[in-house]
Amino acid sequence: MTSHALRNVRIAFSAIVLIFFILVFADFRFLIPAKYTNALLYLQFVPSLVKFLDLKTMAAGGFLIVLLLTLLSGRTYCSFLCPLGIGQDLFSRFGGRIKKKFRRYGFKKPFTVFRYSILAITLIVTMVWGIYMITILDPYSIFGRFMTYFAKPCVILINNFLAGILGKFDIYTLNNVPVKGFPLVVYSIPAAFFLLVGILSLTKGRLYCNMICPVGTLLGLLSKISILRVKFDESACTRCGRCAIRCKSSCIDFLNHDIDLTRCVECFNCISICQDKAISYGIWKPEKKVHTTDESRRKIVAGSVLLLLGISRISSAQQKTAPKPKKDSTVKENKTFPVCPPGGLAIAEFNKFCTACSLCINACPNGVLQPAFRQYGITGIMQPVMDYHKSFCTYNCTVCTEICPTNALHLLVLEAKKLTQIGKAKFIKDNCIVKTEKTACGACSESCPTKAVHMIPYEGNLVIPEVTEDICIGCGHCEFACPTVPYKAIFVDGNAVHAAAKKPVNEQSEIKTPVEFPF
Amino acid sequence: MKRRDFLKTSVGAGMAAGAALSLGGYDRLWTSTPSTAKYDLVAVMGGNPDAMFDLGIQELGGMGAFVQKGQKVLIKPNIGWDVIPDLAANTNPLLVKRIIEHCFKAGAKEVYVFDHTCDNWVNCYKNSGIEKVAKSAGAKVVPANSESYYQKIDIPGGVKLQSAKVHQLLLETDVFINVPVLKDHNSTRMTCCLKNTMGIVWDRGYWHSNNLNQCIADYALYEKKPALNVIDCYNVMVKHGPQGVSKEDIVSMKSQILTSDWVAGDAAAAKMLGVPIEKVEYIPIAHKMGLGNMNLESLNIKRIKM
Repeated sequence: MTSHALRNVRIAFSAIVLIFFILVFADFRFLIPAKYTNALLYLQFVPSLVKFLDLKTMAAGGFLIVLLLTLLSGRTYCSFLCPLGIGQDLFSRFGGRIKKKFRRYGFKKPFTVFRYSILAITLIVTMVWGIYMITILDPYSIFGRFMTYFAKPCVILINNFLAGILGKFDIYTLNNVPVKGFPLVVYSIPAAFFLLVGILSLTKGRLYCNMICPVGTLLGLLSKISILRVKFDESACTRCGRCAIRCKSSCIDFLNHDIDLTRCVECFNCISICQDKAISYGIWKPEKKVHTTDESRRKIVAGSVLLLLGISRISSAQQKTAPKPKKDSTVKENKTFPVCPPGGLAIAEFNKFCTACSLCINACPNGVLQPAFRQYGITGIMQPVMDYHKSFCTYNCTVCTEICPTNALHLLVLEAKKLTQIGKAKFIKDNCIVKTEKTACGACSESCPTKAVHMIPYEGNLVIPEVTEDICIGCGHCEFACPTVPYKAIFVDGNAVHAAAKKPVNEQSEIKTPVEFPF
Repeated sequence: MKRRDFLKTSVGAGMAAGAALSLGGYDRLWTSTPSTAKYDLVAVMGGNPDAMFDLGIQELGGMGAFVQKGQKVLIKPNIGWDVIPDLAANTNPLLVKRIIEHCFKAGAKEVYVFDHTCDNWVNCYKNSGIEKVAKSAGAKVVPANSESYYQKIDIPGGVKLQSAKVHQLLLETDVFINVPVLKDHNSTRMTCCLKNTMGIVWDRGYWHSNNLNQCIADYALYEKKPALNVIDCYNVMVKHGPQGVSKEDIVSMKSQILTSDWVAGDAAAAKMLGVPIEKVEYIPIAHKMGLGNMNLESLNIKRIKM
């Protein structure tokens, strides 16, 4: 294959993939059905592998296809399918625009010890302790977090701006979406990676993929024996060096006609730049130094930090003041466990399989899924947790269980979800308006979809909540609706192991259809 | 498809913009209730929601008595819950549709429908069936999910509630038609006309924590009162309200109450539900505050059986 079209094919294909990924994560109006999201995510290496380890069925065999693809064609995954990789290519291109030097890569030695150490540590940590290293380093999850914590809020702000303008003209096709924001601290990990990956890709092409990314390193090992690869025709080569300068992976040693296949991501830039047609992509065949430091890098760092801070400030600025009752509630909610999303089966089990890609946090129409900070312990950081001060879990919804790419959240059909008890409501009478203010409230019971929270006679004409725990599913609508501050008078204590709730029993009312007006 | 719709609408927006601006000032006169009404309250029984409304509104002099040509109308049903129409947690969509049609027939320029929902608003609008029928009847179904749509108003004389943030469309429309569904309520015993206003305001948590019954009555002091209340008693949730658990909570009553006096409407509704009026505390409070008349025997009531 000598065709120069290869690079164009790669660019077109990867652009489509990236656009789909952006759409899935920026879909704040929830228009994309789960099946399309699942199809897109099927070939994501880490989510598929994690899912496979859980399910052990070929339905989660996407990672095997990626492995076979790598044996056949080298690290095409990195250029064609990985959203983080494609995103970096976009950054690199942008970097080349702002400074020509950023586009002139040149051959560099691989960080061999460093990258294999990261791969080894990731594997060892995962096998011995759990998924934590993968959570931090899975490229798809890193991309998912960028989108969730930075890109999507921007999209929503743009939407809100447009919705505001359209609203003035009496058009309500777009609606204002309240941006609730996350605690500042959860931005730290995605922000750190955004800076790291962003700066490396802007200035050094695919250095992140070839130095840190464990998936890249792993696929690179397989690429060494791949059937199709980028190769030199030594007789045609004039050693002009254009290929090396254009190589985002800095892996072409043109003087020795050597291409480091462990780092080549099959971007085909070298093929298209070569005027001698000395480089081609086909069945079988097989490293200089430049160092740069400069001022514009500082500007980029400073700019990025400002941007990130800006987003979090905008988000927090949109959090409006909650209405307050006269007195503060006094009894602290005493949560034994955090509430893990439905389909997680058990907190410990869920923690084992979630890579914190944040897709569910994005997809939750109610915004009740929030990135954990301390709730699951330090190792569960960024994994989704139900936050009932922010929102509640919609009774008629199973979206998070449908789209989880790693199966950390198992698919639940609606009838099963409605009987899945993820926690139990606990009533704190001493915080309740009915007791403290001696006035009617009932916000909790009103919200309860199963009537696990119901009202029983209290003083005079007043009624006060009571909880029937065995029909409570822990949706948190009661906790969300409860107006007391700073502590709620009703809260959901998580179930360490999800349980089956009893179905609420309901009898036909004795009231009959009237035949006469009662007035 | 949605994107295409959006693009079409955007093009429309550009053209509409010029027209809208040329109309200029937004001063509006509030329609007072027509004094020619023969009855204080009309109650209909035995038909479908739309047919009952046709009869009921006729007895009140037709929609033309409430909506003048060129006016903007706000119809505020209860769309609070993500529940199908048969479970009657939300206003019957057929009724909403029929009212919209009458408004346009009376010459309304624009009809708006919204509710500040309790459940996820997109699901509520959709699964209640109201969004679809309202749009098909030509109304604008407007979001109410964000604080940005609300404006602060003062309620002079409110005992507990002296101000609230209300949806801007309440302020921008000429006629407000309140279309609650009668339901049992776990805490206030009944939800109907007065309590339906909790879907107009943003900060209802304040109401819950500051004497809910008094706040409900206080809100009725606010100057923009409904020209007409249409109470949907077709299927009535008699227990587990206001959300309901299953169809066992529902009793078919095939009734409807139309009145300009929302306190009277609530009093009649309480009777329908079989709850003593004084047990629904906000009714006697509102009555004492002079916001309406709960003494049904002193009212001129028209009863129609179909």
